[in-house]
Amino acid sequence: MLTIADHQFESRLFTGTGKFSDTETMLAALSTSQSQLVTLAMKRIDLSKNFDDLLTPLQEMGVKLLPNTAGARTAKEAIFAAELAREMLGTNWVKLEIHPDPKYLMPDAIETLAAASVLCEKGFTVLPYVHADPVLCRRLEEVGCAAVMPLGSPIGSNQGLATEPFLEIIIEQANIPVVIDAGIGAPSQACRAMEMGADAVLVNTAIASSANPQHMATCFKDAVNTGRMAYLAGLGSVTKHAEHTSPLTQFLES
Amino acid sequence: MSFSDYFKQLDLDKLSMQLYSCTANDVERALAAPQRDIDHLMALLSPAASAYLEQMAQQAYQITRQRFGANIGMYLPLYLSNLCANECDYCGFSMSNKLKRKTLSDDELIAEISIIKQRGFDSILLVSGEHETKVGIDYFSHVLPIVKQHFSYVAIEVQPLKTEEYQALVALGLDAVMVYQETYQPITYAKHHTRGKKQDFVYRLTTPERVASAGVDKIGLGVLLGLDDWRLDALLMGYHLSYLERRFWRSRYSISLPRLRPCTGGVTPKVELTDKGLVQMICAFRLFNAQLEISLSTREEPSFRNNLLPLGVTNISAGSSTEPGGYQNPNTQLDQFEISDERSASEMANTMRTIGLNPVWKDWEKAWC
Repeated sequence: MLTIADHQFESRLFTGTGKFSDTETMLAALSTSQSQLVTLAMKRIDLSKNFDDLLTPLQEMGVKLLPNTAGARTAKEAIFAAELAREMLGTNWVKLEIHPDPKYLMPDAIETLAAASVLCEKGFTVLPYVHADPVLCRRLEEVGCAAVMPLGSPIGSNQGLATEPFLEIIIEQANIPVVIDAGIGAPSQACRAMEMGADAVLVNTAIASSANPQHMATCFKDAVNTGRMAYLAGLGSVTKHAEHTSPLTQFLES
Repeated sequence: MSFSDYFKQLDLDKLSMQLYSCTANDVERALAAPQRDIDHLMALLSPAASAYLEQMAQQAYQITRQRFGANIGMYLPLYLSNLCANECDYCGFSMSNKLKRKTLSDDELIAEISIIKQRGFDSILLVSGEHETKVGIDYFSHVLPIVKQHFSYVAIEVQPLKTEEYQALVALGLDAVMVYQETYQPITYAKHHTRGKKQDFVYRLTTPERVASAGVDKIGLGVLLGLDDWRLDALLMGYHLSYLERRFWRSRYSISLPRLRPCTGGVTPKVELTDKGLVQMICAFRLFNAQLEISLSTREEPSFRNNLLPLGVTNISAGSSTEPGGYQNPNTQLDQFEISDERSASEMANTMRTIGLNPVWKDWEKAWC
């Protein structure tokens, strides 16, 4: 069981909603993934309507919603989006995303830390999306974030765990859950993230833009479970030289 | 260095020669490149690339789906006025055209907004002729707060303004500015713009820099395809885009690729851009720039539009009127140009769904201004 703030999750696969061709395809994939935490962009929600194509079906599905602040370019805009989400969706959970760079969608560390401080003080459960910066993750933990979400590689790039050495440090040092978010493009990469000791992964593009999202969701579900089990079982160490399965000095022990 | 200074250093004749001298090897290198630069764009726009259209289309489709998913943003133009103080021989609003002139009153504006909202739109493009005394910053400052009450995302396509004027409009809720150079070839530009402030090629060329400096979210570039050699114009727009992205990294960018359409008193295209050429151009820009937004208007025929949608397009209009007051009172002969795709927004959305695309009506927060 994964615990974030006051909530427990059986599934360690978190999913997104942003790139599916239609609602039915999205719901089928999310259902198959068995994901219990689904993120959605507040900028996409039309709260003036009684029925929103994206929000209403997700609410009916019963998964925990993690509204995100995608589109926000400053702390001020992100705080506004979080407050809007709390007011309209009745949740104090927020995935804090601030990226002023529309080309690579790199998170702004300075604005993110500022917004996280304010939102934590206001009682939000904050999960910030950040670069794989171990010091920043520690600072975010200090201001009260419920988890950190460092990137594996640029959003939507499917480049996998390009930041692996830094993710390892973050995982080693964190006292709060570490959710690897962005860039995971293949089930094998999700599996690797879990083998490293990540508490969860968030996957969107790799599922939504695949030729068969529902099938791909199954693959990710299994990969995350396998990776987690491997981590718990304990991976063997990696060495540059061979290790004899029958050591030459074993006779000394008998 | 402003782009106009940079532009002066470009030898257009030499660029044109390089463009037309690109070989199959150049195109193959561009197709294989993990990161593409302006030389790759040149190869992809060249005649040599026309033999690689299917490969370009396949890659363009993949890149677009990965970056934007299946989403296509829906927007609609709202024409505020057809007053114009320019003489442009390709435009129905041209000052010498014997056309009934009209600028929307508040009541007329609200009536138009009401109809557009009923159709489901949340992203609007305010369009006017270029008449800075009667339809200038005072008028826009008055209109914008009214419009912003109803739409999350508000873009304008009006005459070039000053930086401080753009700043004032951003404070009132402006999100995007479309400012099309029409052609990047100065001699051709002078030939088609014979009276009014639009004659100033350089002032128009530097407008996106003023827009970006004012903190506008999105800047739209464009050329009117048919005024001159589209390959060279597209390449020069690529140079402009690269310059802007490097210097103003916080802004988003879009391009529009309108082909010259019949209009009152309008010219016939000097260089015809075929359907095949337009496909090549869309794919070339998508391969060149994965995050670039590409808009497709109702100038194109329905079946052709359907086929273009998966190739890199990210935003479309549907059910458009190109005349002030045209949603409430259509066919009053005040329009800027003829449209080719007359399908309603809901028809268009249904068509998109049948080909696996997702019409997105809202994708912005109104309060972010």
